[in-house]
Amino acid sequence: MALKAKTSTRIGVTILGWGIALWLFFPIFWMILTSFKSEVQAISTPPKLFFMPTLSSYAEVFERANYWHFALNTVTVSVAATAIAIALAVPAAYSMAFMPSKRTRGTLLWMLSTRMLPPVGVLVPIYILARNTHLLDTCTGLAIVDMLTNLPIIVWMLYTFFREVPAPILEAGRMDGATRWQEMTMVLLPLALPGIASTALLSLILCWNEAFWSLNLTSSHAAPLTAFIASFSSPEGLFFGKLSAASTLAVAPILVFGWISQKQLVRGLTFGAVK
Amino acid sequence: MATVELKNLRKTYLTEEIIKGISLSIEEHEFVVFVGPSGCGKSTLLRMIAGLEDITSGDLLIDGQRVNDVEPGKRGLAMVFQSYALYPHMNVYKNMEFGLKLSGMPEAERRAKIENVARTLQLEPYLNHKPGQLSGGQRQRVAIGRAIVRNPKVFLFDEPLSNLDAALRGQMRVELSALHRKLGATTIYVTHDQVEAMTMADKIVVLQKGVVEQIGSPLELYHHPRNLFVARFIGSPPMNFFSAIFQGGDAAGSSVQLRDGSTLYVPVTSPGLLPGTKVTVGIRPEHVELASSGPNSGVVEVIERLGAITLVHVRMPDGEIIVVQTDGAVLTDVNSPISLTLPPRNCHLFAPDGLAFEACHRHPLAA
Ligand SMILES: Nc1ncnc2c1ncn2[C@@H]1O[C@H](COP(=O)(O)OP(=O)(O)OP(=O)(O)O)[C@@H](O)[C@H]1O
Ligand SMILES: [Mg+2]
Repeated sequence: MALKAKTSTRIGVTILGWGIALWLFFPIFWMILTSFKSEVQAISTPPKLFFMPTLSSYAEVFERANYWHFALNTVTVSVAATAIAIALAVPAAYSMAFMPSKRTRGTLLWMLSTRMLPPVGVLVPIYILARNTHLLDTCTGLAIVDMLTNLPIIVWMLYTFFREVPAPILEAGRMDGATRWQEMTMVLLPLALPGIASTALLSLILCWNEAFWSLNLTSSHAAPLTAFIASFSSPEGLFFGKLSAASTLAVAPILVFGWISQKQLVRGLTFGAVK
Repeated sequence: MATVELKNLRKTYLTEEIIKGISLSIEEHEFVVFVGPSGCGKSTLLRMIAGLEDITSGDLLIDGQRVNDVEPGKRGLAMVFQSYALYPHMNVYKNMEFGLKLSGMPEAERRAKIENVARTLQLEPYLNHKPGQLSGGQRQRVAIGRAIVRNPKVFLFDEPLSNLDAALRGQMRVELSALHRKLGATTIYVTHDQVEAMTMADKIVVLQKGVVEQIGSPLELYHHPRNLFVARFIGSPPMNFFSAIFQGGDAAGSSVQLRDGSTLYVPVTSPGLLPGTKVTVGIRPEHVELASSGPNSGVVEVIERLGAITLVHVRMPDGEIIVVQTDGAVLTDVNSPISLTLPPRNCHLFAPDGLAFEACHRHPLAA
């Protein structure tokens, strides 16, 4: 009897889990599905689940815009922003986690509070700053802004992961003659690697999909994939087939990358539990 | 091998003073144990010596050199942590190698050293294991090995055995003592285990609330505690205390009147104390003797039979409890009346400020 109840609970949980997963995945699924429809099929009511797939939307998208140009910009900006942010955040989080002062908590909260500011509120000053420093429509400019917007979250996440590393292990390193730098790179980083990897992955995803600043600070030269998608939405009215094809092309690389690295991600997110 | 000298060391966290001016000198080869109740600052003091905590004021000298501002790794110390603090991502060999590598020792020399130490500590079969694959005792050995290979001037231990079970702790205690005899390195060892302190130390430093209560050999602290705190802290089960009235003294002893009216002539000096002053008498449970009749009679309240010895808790007429440690085979029973004999030579007297009266004769083992 007890066993039976347990089995049914397990089935229930499984169904619920799949339900939530499908619900979360549905928009992506529908987007991919729509990208293989013709424009007519894409807007037909009721929506069609089964149809003759076509690559016409993809063909048109490739014809009209240089996908590789946008993709290269996105990769450049995301990787650069993430790499710089991690490089800056590791020492910051290290000092906050292992040499806290009475202001550490406050600093962390204050850093996070900058994320609560709506970006549009600082659009004009940042735009002017970018213009005056000739960083408008450059990958450098966009990478700097992306890096800065993500930095608080990255520091916060790394801080949380570093806090999981027992301080005596680092102190043992110091007793063994390690400098602060060696202590950080030879003891802390290997131990916190899963956490750093999942933080970097999150940062990559955030940069990859960042639209507000890319649309406002770039026009052509440094326009990333989000601008590529946007170029298929407004001007000529909505063509869902092409829009979906463009979106699918835009998210596909990061989706695949996330899938490959999901093992790392899960390990990172459950770091505390498996330590 | 090295000497360590602490000169009026102080440590303040924010506004709170944790270490309140500690002076101490540690000789070459000496095994010094810090004991004291939880939170008294033992670990903090050790970490100040290690260089893991800043010294707020005072001087720390190693081999006569002031090292207050020297990096921990350059002080020539090695530390064994309570939690072992092994590098989880390195195997046993690499754990021991880490410090040697940082110091720039050539590969061949490193290997020879590590293999030698691994042999001493019976760690040879585990050199390729990660710390996660080892038992608590083995991890402890690796932590000790990691300290030994660096050939430090001073070893620091912070409660290294407290995570081990009783049997292993006893075994490691003996091994550590043997190791100390073999290496002869100056050692500072923090513990709150009485047995470790008494058996391993050349010199015990009793701390309370950031100040030194007494420094001395184990038997010195046992036979001649400087004050009530040390008397209560050293010895297990703890010393019995009861109040008495000071009557007068001469060069050979002091007499006090106990609550039941009887007098006790204790061989301690009491210069300058006024007759009539309230004092405290202390006597260890193992020194009280049981008698079937006589003065100091009470009723047995609890009996703890530990096999070899028996602890008899006697309720005195004034309500105080006196614990007596006696033979394992004693036949006394709960609720039976019993009399106690307090041999004066084993009694301690404490003035109202808690300081012990000077004994007229030092114990031969605590000269
Ligand atoms: N980083 C710190 N900030 C503020 N107070 C601290 C800090 N570290 C220790 N203390 C305080 O210093 C005092 C001494 O701590 P310490 O760890 O040295 O005690 P201990 O004698 O080693 O105790 P235990 O036997 O429990 O290990 C404690 O009251 C503790 O609260
Ligand atoms: Mg401690």
